[in-house]
Amino acid sequence: MRSGFKYKFFSALRRFAIFLLVVWTVVSLVTLLIELVPGDPAVAVLGEQATPEQFEQFRQLHGLDQPPFFFSFPRDAQNNRHFQWHGIKNRYTDYWIRLFHGDMGRSFRTDRPVIELILERYPATIQLALSALLIAVLIAIPLGVIAGKNRGTWIDNLASIVALIGISLPGFVIGPMLVYVFAVKLGWLAPSGRFDWTDFILPSFTLGAALAAILTRMVRSSVIEELGEDYVRTARAKGLSETKVVYKHVLKNGLIPVVTILGLQLGVLLAGAIITEKIFGWPGLGLLLVEDGIGKRDYRVVQGCVLVISITYIVANMLTDMVYRWLDPRIRVS
Amino acid sequence: MNRLTIVGLVIVAILVIVAIFAPWIATHDVGATNLSLRYLPPSGQYFFGTDSTGRDIFSRVVFGARISLEVGIVVVSVSTFIGTILGALAGYYGGWLDRIVSGYVFNVFLAFPGLLLAIAMVAFLGAGLNKLIFALCIIGWVGYARLIRGQVLKVREYDFVQAARALGASDARIMLVHILPNAIQPLIVQASLGMAGAVLSEASLSFLGLGVPPPAPSWGVMIEEARDLSTLQAAPHALIFPGIAIALTVLAFNFIGDGLREYLDPRQRSR
Repeated sequence: MRSGFKYKFFSALRRFAIFLLVVWTVVSLVTLLIELVPGDPAVAVLGEQATPEQFEQFRQLHGLDQPPFFFSFPRDAQNNRHFQWHGIKNRYTDYWIRLFHGDMGRSFRTDRPVIELILERYPATIQLALSALLIAVLIAIPLGVIAGKNRGTWIDNLASIVALIGISLPGFVIGPMLVYVFAVKLGWLAPSGRFDWTDFILPSFTLGAALAAILTRMVRSSVIEELGEDYVRTARAKGLSETKVVYKHVLKNGLIPVVTILGLQLGVLLAGAIITEKIFGWPGLGLLLVEDGIGKRDYRVVQGCVLVISITYIVANMLTDMVYRWLDPRIRVS
Repeated sequence: MNRLTIVGLVIVAILVIVAIFAPWIATHDVGATNLSLRYLPPSGQYFFGTDSTGRDIFSRVVFGARISLEVGIVVVSVSTFIGTILGALAGYYGGWLDRIVSGYVFNVFLAFPGLLLAIAMVAFLGAGLNKLIFALCIIGWVGYARLIRGQVLKVREYDFVQAARALGASDARIMLVHILPNAIQPLIVQASLGMAGAVLSEASLSFLGLGVPPPAPSWGVMIEEARDLSTLQAAPHALIFPGIAIALTVLAFNFIGDGLREYLDPRQRSR
């Protein structure tokens, strides 16, 4: 019998262990990948013309004068590689220690704390992801229900085609096309920026389109499946109107798998937001990562952004898993 | 077979022909700029018009098919190869290898978005076609390994495998002759969907300036160049044609993948 408190406790413990493992991997990746940067980050940031003192100062300020890891294989005088132990004081442990103090280092370019830059941009990204989610749901539920109710008719086929287009058109194609129609041609909306509530429309739609398409398909097949259940026959037999049957009974049960997809897709939205933010000049984490981080070779900012986006993604998945378990008692025991 | 699968196969066939014979199909030099010919609309001479520096969009879209397919084929074959070997070994032998592959790699690498990982890797390694392919392979093999491992675990218990073992067949023979051929079908489905994913990832990263560097006619680069407001205003076709090329390619591989899955799994056909 795999139930009861003991089982629940261990499965929760297991999921938490996986969470810690993922976080450890992400932090290790972002700290070690910086070693792969071709050339010296100090030269990349300061330029060839800087004086040796400037380089020294820069390296000291950002901890680049320390060894990168616990050990390394430097070349000796005969040009042979040998093992060298550096001890506990290295960049890898340093990053971890800072992280536990809520410090992600300072930006190589602006010298501001990375955590500050990220917190400034974080709300914009979350707002964008949530409004994309909202738009996707607002499109997908009615469209999916109508398609499922009218299975096999031209309405169903039309909805399927619209969904297919949504799935196969990537954001960086939809976004500029929307800009062309609504900003350049019609002049109704601004092509970029984040000042007014109307500025949310194009980015949210761009980011949410693929999700809307996926959800429409899910809601449709969910509705078709639920319509075949006994409780629907009962509800119809007791004289409920078709609208009530669909919206009160079918939708309530049919939405459970949809919630899972929603949570999992929230993470995908965060990754997609990087592209959407670039298209619309949306001042979020993605733009910080691509323009300030990667574009200006500010590797501390890259580390921080990748870390925060990954962790947000993982936490969103964990929360989804919990909501799903809470919604559907059947999987609590299985 | 499903009608959409055939549509997908036809599109992919055209794409392959275009990629192979690109130098003969293209009507102009892909790199030749001429500012006096910029923003020309589609015409008999410039089938898809010209872009902001007067380059022929048709020829660039044609050569772009090469980049997309090259990335797709290399990424999918390398990922499938590594994934199949590691997944099969982990599933067949279990033990510490399985604990690392399924216990650690699956849980961790499938726990966060592949695109972000690719962006992070390319951000540190630097942009370029080979680095992009490398990054996509690092992320790509995990899904194949999981699939093959699951299949091996299932097929391993079948009677004919037990019989082969009882007859004294070696592990290598059991794996290659008896297990893998039975695990290959879902792999083909996954590879087809993987092609769509790889083409999309290449275009996304090139769009972000992290893939193939700009003068190259990657579809992602073309869209990035076409999306500034003055180009949008004067030449929307510079955006639309590479956009259609990406959408059709992704759609075609998805059609093939979905169609094959239904074909191979008759239980889904009735749905």
